Amino acid sequence: MSTLAAVAALRATETGRAERLTTVRHTHLDDGPFVLVPLTLAGEACAPLAALAGTDRERPTLLTVRQPRDRAERFRFAERLAALLLPYIDQCRTAETETYTVGRGAEKEERRRLLRAPQLLVPGGEGIAYVRLLGRLTRLRAVEGPYAVDPSVPALGKWLTWFADRAEFTGSCLLQALTRLLSAHWATGQSPAEDSHLASLLAWIDPPDGLTGAQAAREAEDPLRFPPAGPATDVVFDQTLHDLMSRYDEAANGRGREAVGRQIDRELRGQMLPTWELVWRGVDLLRELPEGRHVAERWAYDRRLFSEYAAYLDEDGRPQARRDHAVGAARRLARMEEAMARYDAERAFDDPLVMAEYELSGEAFTGLVVARDEDRFAPGTRPGSMVWRPTITVRSELPVRLTAGKEVKCPARPGQKAEIVEVVPDCEGHTVVIQLNGGFNRVRKPPAPPGTLAEIGETVTYTSVDPKSMPSVLPAEEDTPWTHGGPPKPYEPTAEDAEEIWE
Amino acid sequence: MPPQHPVDLPDSRLAALRGPRPPQPYTARKITALTANPACSRRAVLDAVGIDKALLAQRMGYEPRFGQSPFALAREQAFEALVKWGGYAELIRLLREQLGIPVEEAGVTDLNEVGGDTSLARRVKETRGLLTRLASGSDERLILDRPLLTLEVAGQTAYLAPQALTHRVGGKFYVAEIRSFPAIDGQANPTAVAQTAKQAAVSVLALHRTFEELNLDPEQIAHEFLLICPKDFSNRPYGRLVDLRQELDALRFQLTRLRRADDLALALPPSATLDTDRDVDELDSSVGALDASYTPDCLSFCEMARYCRDEATTCASPTRLGGTVRNTLPGVDSTRTTLAYLDGVHAPGPAEAAAIDRLRAAERLRRLRRGGAA
Repeated sequence: MSTLAAVAALRATETGRAERLTTVRHTHLDDGPFVLVPLTLAGEACAPLAALAGTDRERPTLLTVRQPRDRAERFRFAERLAALLLPYIDQCRTAETETYTVGRGAEKEERRRLLRAPQLLVPGGEGIAYVRLLGRLTRLRAVEGPYAVDPSVPALGKWLTWFADRAEFTGSCLLQALTRLLSAHWATGQSPAEDSHLASLLAWIDPPDGLTGAQAAREAEDPLRFPPAGPATDVVFDQTLHDLMSRYDEAANGRGREAVGRQIDRELRGQMLPTWELVWRGVDLLRELPEGRHVAERWAYDRRLFSEYAAYLDEDGRPQARRDHAVGAARRLARMEEAMARYDAERAFDDPLVMAEYELSGEAFTGLVVARDEDRFAPGTRPGSMVWRPTITVRSELPVRLTAGKEVKCPARPGQKAEIVEVVPDCEGHTVVIQLNGGFNRVRKPPAPPGTLAEIGETVTYTSVDPKSMPSVLPAEEDTPWTHGGPPKPYEPTAEDAEEIWE
Repeated sequence: MPPQHPVDLPDSRLAALRGPRPPQPYTARKITALTANPACSRRAVLDAVGIDKALLAQRMGYEPRFGQSPFALAREQAFEALVKWGGYAELIRLLREQLGIPVEEAGVTDLNEVGGDTSLARRVKETRGLLTRLASGSDERLILDRPLLTLEVAGQTAYLAPQALTHRVGGKFYVAEIRSFPAIDGQANPTAVAQTAKQAAVSVLALHRTFEELNLDPEQIAHEFLLICPKDFSNRPYGRLVDLRQELDALRFQLTRLRRADDLALALPPSATLDTDRDVDELDSSVGALDASYTPDCLSFCEMARYCRDEATTCASPTRLGGTVRNTLPGVDSTRTTLAYLDGVHAPGPAEAAAIDRLRAAERLRRLRRGGAA
């Protein structure tokens, strides 16, 4: 957590309401996201117990497993979830496409991507772990032979695994946890551990009339009013459920059994419905924030990956391996680091409140343009040549810690390259001379096209942070050197993968 | 080493604080919780006194949110039974696979009781006798089920019963812990593994102390333990050796930092009581007189955490906001004071000045850059 976030948290303890950490929303929120509120049976390795799911806020679909210890029941649950989620994914797959280019120069290539991608929302971080686990449980199942499952079950597993894998990349919006989204945009007067509880987090952001966030958060901890957001269940509720399940197993006849079964369904629905409402309320709150500039670009990347995975499933369709091979893991880690750096930089470019953190750490500064030299020429790289390099002079009231020679960028003109020529401290701040090395719509001599050169009196921010910085280059997978084990063998599903002993 | 009391005979002061109810025993779980927050005198005394913290919290109006689901409990028992079923066949198989030695069969001694006697003293004595015999070079292949070991914690004797202790394998004794969280594709939940490792370290340390007291060579104790959990989504037991050296070092260090609970209890007035049958006001003033060291982590393991949280909120302790906020306020022990500094109501002292300057700069930037974000 940054110093600005710490100050926000301190102020929240005083005001009794969550404080904004951003001025815009840094997340894509789809018009029709798929919300999943899952519950699992305590003590088991991913025994799905129930879920409320769907894209219609008013009409969630209730899925329950009345006897989760029964293997067949578990996979029937997966089948029913697949019947909800796969058509939603298929809708996105049949959407229109658009053209985009990858690479540059000789390697430039035109490709197509879908205009829609699925967005899966779960209440909290544990929900993401559940999606991963349910994906692992289902994607390797065999559709023939003993213990065969419906073909929709492994299909669901592959998609869930894909969602969970993407969720590890900062900035990806395909699978998101509401608690994470909300705490990225608001600071509360409680600890991060408490913020992972959706009901208390929302209580701080939007307390009911007459209550402070702190009071509302305490009330939200009551498991009777706000049952745990799952997938873990409340211990006291488990006792009720245990009794009902025993009665279900011992029922004398089908009718009695069905009656108890319906009661189990009702109880489970009661446990999940408050969370379902909270998720949508969180979505409402986030929708009220204007969207950051880079959000659409990131979503376009998500859509591209969705298009690629959909195409892969059509062409190849093998499930994800149980574990990454070493080369894959290294590449994945590198890509994750890049995604995080890019996301951090983009957020700062889109949001002055996020950029303020870089100002505080000395990686950015803001000031007024007090002078500009539009007709300046400087010696070029070839001997004797002169190139057009106008300058602007910026006066900052806060100390500037960037130094001469540093390459900087301005969020208002992200395509323009600039470097600091001189930093002069005085009694009340700093004066910075910045040379502009391009970004004049290919014009090579004055006057500068309108808008490309900052006006005197304009407030500008310059920073050494750059969202477009080049990512590190790893050799292609087939060029993996022998020192690193050589090119990895592609994953072949084995009979052992599908085999699971059920006792 | 002073001679161990054969039964739990706590200091009379602690017994007086507890009142007539029987003491709750120390467990490996309690010790790891205590060492997770060694600065907390409140927990140290409550555990040493042996009161029922859940009941105490409930009496004081803070219903603890802990407890075990009947489903989890059933699963745990079923899995442990499975590992031990058929003369410990699965445990022996895992020992063979993981420790690479031919163990075709092994005798087992169930130390949950000794000839019908379940008293702690009897079980400790029997465990010690068997350990002496095995460690002195006897070739018997004997697995000890629930051996009972003792460990001194904050001046009190704790009794610990690891799920199993293997006979000497390759000259070493191994502690085995059976857990019902799964290892999926060879990986179990890291938090759960870390928790189990800490608890296993408590047992291994108790074993060390026992060996020292019995003049046996502690070199015979492995610094790894065998973690047994279900494989993937099945019930099939899967085992892995987990290194404990780090946990053992940390535990030794933390135990030396724990102050003797009876010394801590001296700070209480003579009239103090922790007897859960007494008046709430009396309990409140006695518990309040014990220094707590609340952190948000406490919420996940301590029954008294919500009581301590309210106390921390009342005195505006920065720790209640979590470690990261706390770290931005070096030297300042109240969020209210911090806000007063920020608002210019008070001037910070030289020790706090640097931290407050940074916060002021952050707040100024926050105000300037907030724009439309109300």
